[in-house]
Amino acid sequence: MEKFDAIVVGAGPSGNAAAYTLAKAGLKVLQIERGEYPGSKNVQGAILYSDALERIIPDFREDAPLERHIVEQQMWVLDDESYVGSTYRSAEFNREPYNRYTIIRAQFDKWFSKKVQDAGALLICETTVSDLILDGNRVIGVQADREGGAIYADIVILADGVNSLLAKKAGFHPELDPKDVALAVKEIHFLPQETVEARFNIGEDEGVVIEMVGKITKGMMGTGFLYTNKESITIGVGCMLSDFKQQKTTPYALLEEMKAHPAIRPLIAGGEMKEYTGHLIPEGGYKAIPKIYGDGWLMAGDAAMFVNAVHREGSNLAMTSGRLAAETVIALKEQGKFMTEANLALYREKLDESFLMKDLKKYKEMPGILHKNPQFFTTYPELLNKAAHSMLTVDGVDKKTKEREIRRNFVGKRSLFGLMGDAFKMWRAFE
Amino acid sequence: MIKVEDKLFQNRYKVDAGHPHISIKNPDICQNDCKSLACTVCCPAGCYTEEGNGKIVLITDGCLECGTCRIICSEHRNVDWEYPRGGYGILFKFG
Repeated sequence: MEKFDAIVVGAGPSGNAAAYTLAKAGLKVLQIERGEYPGSKNVQGAILYSDALERIIPDFREDAPLERHIVEQQMWVLDDESYVGSTYRSAEFNREPYNRYTIIRAQFDKWFSKKVQDAGALLICETTVSDLILDGNRVIGVQADREGGAIYADIVILADGVNSLLAKKAGFHPELDPKDVALAVKEIHFLPQETVEARFNIGEDEGVVIEMVGKITKGMMGTGFLYTNKESITIGVGCMLSDFKQQKTTPYALLEEMKAHPAIRPLIAGGEMKEYTGHLIPEGGYKAIPKIYGDGWLMAGDAAMFVNAVHREGSNLAMTSGRLAAETVIALKEQGKFMTEANLALYREKLDESFLMKDLKKYKEMPGILHKNPQFFTTYPELLNKAAHSMLTVDGVDKKTKEREIRRNFVGKRSLFGLMGDAFKMWRAFE
Repeated sequence: MIKVEDKLFQNRYKVDAGHPHISIKNPDICQNDCKSLACTVCCPAGCYTEEGNGKIVLITDGCLECGTCRIICSEHRNVDWEYPRGGYGILFKFG
């Protein structure tokens, strides 16, 4: 019976980070991926934050398939026909080493996986892990859906994504709560490279990110986004499942309406849509983090709910947690310790020390506040846009009267106490 | 009215004919007990359709494997959801 030091389930960012780090340290690693190739089941916006990957593969820029480095970040607050926006663009973002890039996940994951295999890990694709093999409460291996499918290891790292059926089947996790996950749908539209660059006022390899909030989500807690790739644009929208459940708009209708917004339509005009995807994002935050380690197992990435929804960060948390999981295993091996739950608590310590848990902890109140206060997604975007429209329309009405009108609108919609309460809630959430 | 089929048409699939990876555990629950029929609205691939009499028809060929249907069926837990066999199902070209 063949036994491995570690089995990694999944070849996304967290699984690849874990498998790479383990293999580099000389451990005997098996990685199992259900897709035809790594990336074929994976979906992301996608922005790659350099730092997390740099700590794993310092020279990744030499051959990783990167689309554009981001030089401009826009934030739009949308009403039905308008938006109020902020833009941050800096020449500093145009100096190497670049801080973030747009990527296309199917290509990126394939590249990362090649690095993992070069480091010495054994990868098998087109194989779904159907169950964990347990000895009492201890994970001792995995059951794969192929002949001789029982495979054993000292540790199993679950990097199997947001749905993580394995932890549920083994009884480690309950089913996900609809209020803790967002459903995002997106499309990729291809355009000539020159068109993308002219349309967004960017040079070769430069990219723009637009994050959107407001009436595009029809009162649901959610956001939209638009990213520029080399010769394509990805556009998508995501909302919490608990909100989707309570209304009658389909995700694809929501995306269609967003694409038809007068400010968005011209940005994607003439593009050829080549793929439509849907994916869940675990956005429950700190309070929704499930059990992430136990006897013989560790969990990383989306499966562990490691997403910072406020800052739209996920894959960097995935890579960081994958790396820290691997470093935990390596440390225990070196000390000749067993992979018991007590010893694996080191993983939690490492996470707590990193930006990952610190950031999640900082925003732990945010999901709850936004769930209970839908005005942040409808009323305020509407008021803000109306105010901008009023101040920017020259019509013979004096500015003081306009200001009074705007103030009356805000108080009328939210009341004075409502406004103060909302300001306080936001302060609490960001504090 | 936007047709999701037009979108799904752009995707690549390797359909595991005769082995749907999702099934409705007890169709009577959808027909008699479920008020929301949220699956017919929330599934981003439109895999669930209501036949008028409350009967839900599930065709998984266009499934994006997101997990939405399983999670939103929180009152009745009536969706049996597995990943497709290795290599089958959606094959994202770009992801």
